[in-house]
Amino acid sequence: MRQFRKAAPVALLAVASLALSACAQSDRTDGGGSGASGAAASGGTMTFGAAGAPKLFDPFYATDGETFRITRQMFEGLLTDKPGTAEVVPGLAAEMPTSEDGKVWTFKLRTNVKFTDGTDFNAEAVCKNFERMYDQSKAGESAAQYWTYTMGTFKSDAAKSLYKGCEAVDPATAKISVNTTTSKFPVMVSLAAFGMQSPTAMDKGKANDVKAQGEGFIFPAYAQNPVGTGPFKLEKYDAANKTVTLSRNDTYWGEKAKLDKLIFKIIPDESTRRQELQAGSIDGYDLPNPVDWKGLKDAGDQLLVRPAFNILYMGLNPEKNPKLKDLRVRQALDMAINRDQMVKTQLPEGATAASQFMPDTVKGYNTNIKVTAYDPAKAKALLAAAGASGMTLNFAYPTEVTRPYMPNPQKIFEALRANIEAVGIKVNVIAKPWNGGYLDGISPNGAFDAWIIGWTGDYDAADNFLGTFFTSPKNDFHTFAMPWGKTLSDSLTAADAIVDQGQRDAAYEKIASQIQDEYLPGLPLSSSPPALVVGPKVKGLVASPLTAEDFSTVTISK
Amino acid sequence: MLRFILRRLIQMVGVAIVLSFLLFVWLRSLPGGTVSAILGERATPETRAALTKALGLDEPIWVQYGSYAKRLLAGDFGVSTGVLPGTDALDIFLTRFPATLELSTLAILIAVSSAIPLGYLAARRRATWFDNLSILASLVGVAVPVFFLAFLLKYYFAIENNWLPVSGRQSSSIDATRVTGFFVLDGIITQEWDAAWDALKHLILPAIALATIPFAVIFRITRASVLDVMEEDFVRTARSKGLTQRVIRGRHILRNALLPVVTIIGLQVGGLFAGAVLTETVFNFGGIGEALANAFTLRDYSVLQVIILAAAITYVIVNLLVDIAYAIIDPRIRTR
Repeated sequence: MRQFRKAAPVALLAVASLALSACAQSDRTDGGGSGASGAAASGGTMTFGAAGAPKLFDPFYATDGETFRITRQMFEGLLTDKPGTAEVVPGLAAEMPTSEDGKVWTFKLRTNVKFTDGTDFNAEAVCKNFERMYDQSKAGESAAQYWTYTMGTFKSDAAKSLYKGCEAVDPATAKISVNTTTSKFPVMVSLAAFGMQSPTAMDKGKANDVKAQGEGFIFPAYAQNPVGTGPFKLEKYDAANKTVTLSRNDTYWGEKAKLDKLIFKIIPDESTRRQELQAGSIDGYDLPNPVDWKGLKDAGDQLLVRPAFNILYMGLNPEKNPKLKDLRVRQALDMAINRDQMVKTQLPEGATAASQFMPDTVKGYNTNIKVTAYDPAKAKALLAAAGASGMTLNFAYPTEVTRPYMPNPQKIFEALRANIEAVGIKVNVIAKPWNGGYLDGISPNGAFDAWIIGWTGDYDAADNFLGTFFTSPKNDFHTFAMPWGKTLSDSLTAADAIVDQGQRDAAYEKIASQIQDEYLPGLPLSSSPPALVVGPKVKGLVASPLTAEDFSTVTISK
Repeated sequence: MLRFILRRLIQMVGVAIVLSFLLFVWLRSLPGGTVSAILGERATPETRAALTKALGLDEPIWVQYGSYAKRLLAGDFGVSTGVLPGTDALDIFLTRFPATLELSTLAILIAVSSAIPLGYLAARRRATWFDNLSILASLVGVAVPVFFLAFLLKYYFAIENNWLPVSGRQSSSIDATRVTGFFVLDGIITQEWDAAWDALKHLILPAIALATIPFAVIFRITRASVLDVMEEDFVRTARSKGLTQRVIRGRHILRNALLPVVTIIGLQVGGLFAGAVLTETVFNFGGIGEALANAFTLRDYSVLQVIILAAAITYVIVNLLVDIAYAIIDPRIRTR
């Protein structure tokens, strides 16, 4: 009896596995996958360590960089970015679109393009895509944040939408019209969210069938297996093993990808990504911690530094702390900060001190504005003149987060705090988790007097920075609580509507200098370059300021 | 016995209902939220309001709980909003759970199979170098933070020497067939031996890291308990009766000494889930611990609810099993 009792579990397990193996068979094809065998001659496999899992594969409903990194390899937009820059160039369009009035834009299309399911890419497909994006269910509207963010509204609220319509003139010509002239269009067409998808596949998979259920949205199965024109296509997403495998699109219209396979391995922890690279189990990863940059280079890895396309700033809330309503107080804070030292000690190599609310890579950047000089004596004098000597500031920073513009929030905060306290301001330190009170604290109803946050640009337009910050009547800078808030907003809207690029840039340059000299709604601090790192065997990866790296040019030596 | 089990199962339902309510309210009272997680820096008051409404988060909390409870009764655990938006929260749990179970099972096996013999031997050789060394080892096991131990293990075994993988569950170069979600088992039943071996290699370091705390606790309890029992009258009686050492040690000492140890093992299984959050994160081991941490930062309420509820129920079940094991070891309990 005792013997049996001991043996029972073992026997049970044996029976169970026998039973299972009777119905479970290996899915492997002969040759055992695409491993080492025979890969040397062709492009091989690259494994890239991504910081987070993709949310879904239909870029239209995506909002985060990790998803877009993958969909960018599978989809192409009418416009795209020139590798290594933020410059917008033709993608699936054959040339840059033209317009007489800035409202109706003619896109000449490439004629040799097919989706990976064999469907032709043509003007009809373009219009089908835009109509699909425009015509969303209620749930779809909430999910499609990038459309809301660029186009305003959907078909259900057509009057307020930027998008007006699309007409297929002939197979190679599509006319897209918008309701107002804006610098957003057509550059926004280059956004990863607006990549072209196969009309056939979208119809078949009911791509727009997004439903609200409980507290979430349910996406159609299509969102897990969408069809594009890009150099790679989705092979599989192994959620249990956290890997996404893409394979080369052999029917790609342009230069075909060199790699056979591109695997994204999801490794949220930065130091684990570094260790995996050291061990040789991945070929590269995103966002190495700036403190590791030197060590990685010393170990023979290649550090690819992206041109900075972001801005870190200190936000101020004059409604919470009325002393901040006085321009002199804001100027005093501005002068109290030693930007050069902060950049040198707290930010990675290649970071620059900011003179205005956008990086110098954006059109409309004013080269005449100088970075505010560090002058604590003058700052004290200004505070005294404003009757604000010894004032208190509830100053917050986020924990549990790093952002491309802010690799180490706490250290940056400490540097700023030391500067501010040095001019006699009392700082109440507030530390809150990013999504645990911090984002709420900086929102228009927020509770902080001052905070640090930033913005990474989506495309090369001053509106994407200045317009985002100061146009809305309810913005994080509380500009509408100030007498000049509406004027600033109106001037931004007017500049955005100028069709001629030269005139528009001039208008933004003027506004940028007004913001610094007359308004100072917050304090622009710095721009820092995020990096990615690849092992010594990887060639052909070009770092993009928009983190829009194209992996099709990558080769990997054995 | 059957009635006892039945009563415990009914209690479990009660636990689940009360917990589901507390959890629901507690999660929503935390600062931050789903909307902030989705919108990040891009939030404007308009998009915030629109999304809050679309997700039904603008309703009063009791209305929200009411509709949640109704859906729960229909077997609908809700949809993920952050971890894998649009996916059934239960599916996410079921995809992830085998990883945690695989890891915890190996960890508890390592802990039990090393701690009980060592604890027993340490007690019998009290105050020798062996005893002292074992105590020191168990102290280190409790005192060294899991992430530091993980770092040391990784550094030595994976980076310096490349004997074992750094993180993950299986190498991305392996094309494995998924059947049960238990990677080692899958490899065995599909006879993809390389896949099974690779998955097993991925398990070793995280299992050791996760096993340290239960090892230390079980070791100390075993040692103390064996020491206690050795002094008991019935052991002296057994000796004076002239029973063989084997019988005294096996039937009289070990069996009685194991009673508190079994209880502790049951409690440690609960602790294992807490340890799994850390271990899985450090080793990028895609189990529920890691999903839990991820869901927490993203305020993915449905996923959090499913995982925490399931963890609680597992805990209750494990303790029920412990009580049954207790009854098997100690006949006195059975008669009650």
